[in-house]
Amino acid sequence: MKPKYLIPFFIFVALVVLFAYAFRLDPREVPSPLVGKPAPAFALPRVDAPETLAGPADLRGQPWLLNVWASWCVACRQEHAMLLRLAREAGVPIVGLNYKEIRGDAELDASRLSPPEEREAALLRARAWLAQHGDPYRFSVLDLDGRVAIDYGVYGVPETFLIDAEGVIRYKHIGPIDERAWREVLQPKWAALGGGKR
Amino acid sequence: MIAETGQFALVLAWVLALVQAVLGLAGAARGSAGAMAAARRAAMAQFAVLLLAYACLTAAFLRIDFSVLLVATNSSTRTPWFYRLTGVWGNHEGSMLLWALALAGWQAAVAGFSRSLTAAFRARVLGVLGTVAVGFLAFLTLTSNPFERLVPMPQEGRDLNPLLQDPGMIIHPPLLYMGYVGMAVAFAFAIAALLSGRMDAAWARWSRPWTLTAWVFLTLGILVGSAWAYYELGWGGWWFWDPVENASLMPWLMGTALLHSLIVTEKRGAFRSWTVLLAIGAFSLSLLGTFLVRSGVITSVHAFATDPRRGVFILGLLALTVGVSLLLFAWRAPRLSGGGAFAPVSREGSLLVNNVLMAAAAAAVLLGTVYPLILDALQGAKISVGPPYFETVFVPLMAPAVVLMALAPFLRWKRDALARVLRRLAPELGGALLLAALGVWAAGHATPGAFLGLALTAWVVLASLRLLGERLRQGAAPGLAARLRGIPGSWWGMWLSHLGVGVFILGVTLVGALEQRLDVKMMPGQAAELAGFRFVLRGVSEVPGPNYTAQRGEVEVWREVQMLTVLAPEKRAYFRSAMPMTESAIDWGVFRDVYVSLGDPTGDGGWVVLLFYKPFISWIWFGAILIALGGIAAALDRRYRRLAQRRASAAVPERRPEAVAEAVR
Amino acid sequence: MTARGKRLTLILAALALLGGATTLVLSAMRDNLVFFHTPSEVAEGKAPFGRTFRIGGMVVEDSLERLPDGVTVRFAVTDTAKTIPVVYRGALPDLFSEGKGAVVQGRLGSDGVFVASEVLAKHDENYMPVEAQHAVDQAQRAAATLKP
Repeated sequence: MKPKYLIPFFIFVALVVLFAYAFRLDPREVPSPLVGKPAPAFALPRVDAPETLAGPADLRGQPWLLNVWASWCVACRQEHAMLLRLAREAGVPIVGLNYKEIRGDAELDASRLSPPEEREAALLRARAWLAQHGDPYRFSVLDLDGRVAIDYGVYGVPETFLIDAEGVIRYKHIGPIDERAWREVLQPKWAALGGGKR
Repeated sequence: MIAETGQFALVLAWVLALVQAVLGLAGAARGSAGAMAAARRAAMAQFAVLLLAYACLTAAFLRIDFSVLLVATNSSTRTPWFYRLTGVWGNHEGSMLLWALALAGWQAAVAGFSRSLTAAFRARVLGVLGTVAVGFLAFLTLTSNPFERLVPMPQEGRDLNPLLQDPGMIIHPPLLYMGYVGMAVAFAFAIAALLSGRMDAAWARWSRPWTLTAWVFLTLGILVGSAWAYYELGWGGWWFWDPVENASLMPWLMGTALLHSLIVTEKRGAFRSWTVLLAIGAFSLSLLGTFLVRSGVITSVHAFATDPRRGVFILGLLALTVGVSLLLFAWRAPRLSGGGAFAPVSREGSLLVNNVLMAAAAAAVLLGTVYPLILDALQGAKISVGPPYFETVFVPLMAPAVVLMALAPFLRWKRDALARVLRRLAPELGGALLLAALGVWAAGHATPGAFLGLALTAWVVLASLRLLGERLRQGAAPGLAARLRGIPGSWWGMWLSHLGVGVFILGVTLVGALEQRLDVKMMPGQAAELAGFRFVLRGVSEVPGPNYTAQRGEVEVWREVQMLTVLAPEKRAYFRSAMPMTESAIDWGVFRDVYVSLGDPTGDGGWVVLLFYKPFISWIWFGAILIALGGIAAALDRRYRRLAQRRASAAVPERRPEAVAEAVR
Repeated sequence: MTARGKRLTLILAALALLGGATTLVLSAMRDNLVFFHTPSEVAEGKAPFGRTFRIGGMVVEDSLERLPDGVTVRFAVTDTAKTIPVVYRGALPDLFSEGKGAVVQGRLGSDGVFVASEVLAKHDENYMPVEAQHAVDQAQRAAATLKP
């Protein structure tokens, strides 16, 4: 083997090392800056009882999940069965943050609705969706303009935050939770927080 | 059941690929005719089975089966049937299935249409291709299953990305994938040559038509993609130096270098290790393109489509394929060296310079494409490398290559004198400079860029005409028609492709220098002027479509007192996604396009309208078509078919060179 | 010339060519890189005047306004900590809308208004461009370290 014929190989190895290193630093894999910080407080109307305002304070003392969803979000439907199983079989407390129920939906023109009408329509749609697909949530709250979602650094739906008994965000999951995501990523973290012990 | 059948077919295809890889490589090494024949049949079967898998996915789309995740996320009940058909590959999983199907198609073609190859060589090629298929099908089934179910089944699907709901997108991905994957065949030929230690003129003659065919697909794929970007994105540009576009340009540049290197290997027996390296490079860049586009490291168009495991998998596949090939190269290539000696000024010398320039251009594009990624990784700095970088680098690298391209066919093999050729071509050189000077003066646009572009075009065209003239005078046959017929396909291929490059440069130069754009607010009934045309907005009305509602503008185009046409650009709102979509309207012409697209409504009944005047833009497409036609002509050269017939009729001596090579080892 | 001499000439020529190409690539790279800055960095004066760069973040709700010529628009881009006013002449891309992520390329004027030459909003309806996301992340990281 003549050394000069190995030159292409070594150039290539250098490139691959660089790539592998670069890939490890995928920007989307960077943990949310909110991890390790207290979950931002909010008080939003509940979907089932809009007169009642609810927020993270209601869940103090136990680990829980904050799941961002909307009825127009197809990927949410995909993870819904998993959420139902988590709530029913594992007793995981899940709070739903309904994100821009009306404004987020391209089929609807929110600008034609007055704020009370928008709220009414959002409640109807969210309830109908939960009735049809099942309701895994302790409660869901309406974030009509997405302002709370901005506090949480939500980029899209669905996203799920794992919050501990002290109200500190421990993990953020982007995209739908499927069987594997739960088993390999979320469940160990959940168990480490003492979740599931009743 | 359909989805499960498809799933099963995928797994079966993987098993068949494995059988083909093992039997092909082992059979060739041991000289077992039975194993080699079985590998061939496995390749055919793999194609049939993948065709079935593909048909299953298509059926799920056509039947609007939302219980299949891919169907639910890429079509809706209101999507027209032809876009449900193309929705199959308008997403990650489906397009990867198409990739695998294309690879299987190429394998079946090698298995079926390569009777000229010795049995052992064909088995090796199939073995290498089978190995690639094993890796790729594993990627498909493990990380990108297109047949995943969705429970519960939704009532309505998400619809196909509106950008992809376009006729251009129906043919663009299949063409591009045939090109990408076709480079795998060139690669397999190169690896088989390394394995057998045999790489002679016959090898180059076998390899060339395959490489040419893949290259033609790649050329056409890039052409259609560029034309699509031009009329669909509504911005009037035809090339954006976007990472996705660069991913297709890099293998094209390498493939072009490879084609030229193969000529020298065939005619003079030289450049052998270079040819092997270029074949490995072209395929590696095809894989890298897939990695860049599909892993989402560079830009995330669909965040959910980018699963980190996929990127790691493709990167691993890439590292393994290229790493093993390059080690094999280091081990076996030394015995390939040799070939005819030549002087720096000669046909070989010019082709070598062409190779270096093409490879350098591909490397420069690669650097610009991955540099933001590297900098982000090393320093955490966010940067972008825009079109100015690529233009600054590309033009100085390609301009000498184009000058040389027209000159090289006049050079003799082995040794020539530059002064002799330049003296002969003095009229063409002078003519080109004169024409370019006249051109910029006539256009009233005297910039160095425009002058350079026109001079290059004129030089290429004049030199091509001279070349044709000399060729016709040379022939021994009486009569022009007989002489024309006597010119082989590969010569026509060279001539057409080189002429195409000239036409392409003319289009690029003139549209760059003379195009005009106006963004203007128009009220219904108002007029705007651009480049001697008068545009009158009649009005904007709402028009329903199958799965969208469009705001359709009607714009009259006037030239002096004559109305040329009425253009109807649209702004579409698709039901199932929040994306508004601009549909431009174009009055196509040989010498100019008039291009209108709708911007935003201004709130008071007016609209922002984008008006473009694009002179000679069609020549970009004409040039690319000529380049592809040249590739087709060369691939159809009678020489390759004659060889096939001779090989087929002489069955006994067929194995001899191979047997000798084996025995020497 | 001997065969060896010819070979040497050829190799030297190829090396010179390669060297020229490398120089070209590196100088083009140095002159044409477009850096990315977050609105917070721009507000702190860390962004260069007189050079093209990009900023990214969310388009502030209700900030989009059209000037009387109908073609020029003003809007503001925020990373949730700082907000930068932007002016742009031309049609906005399809995916541009208030409350969504956007990246704009241009120069910073002496009055603190960012004069955009290009507006990019290449993302699907739910997701922001990576750069816009990065800006918001940075700002939130800064905010999160200041609060406790």
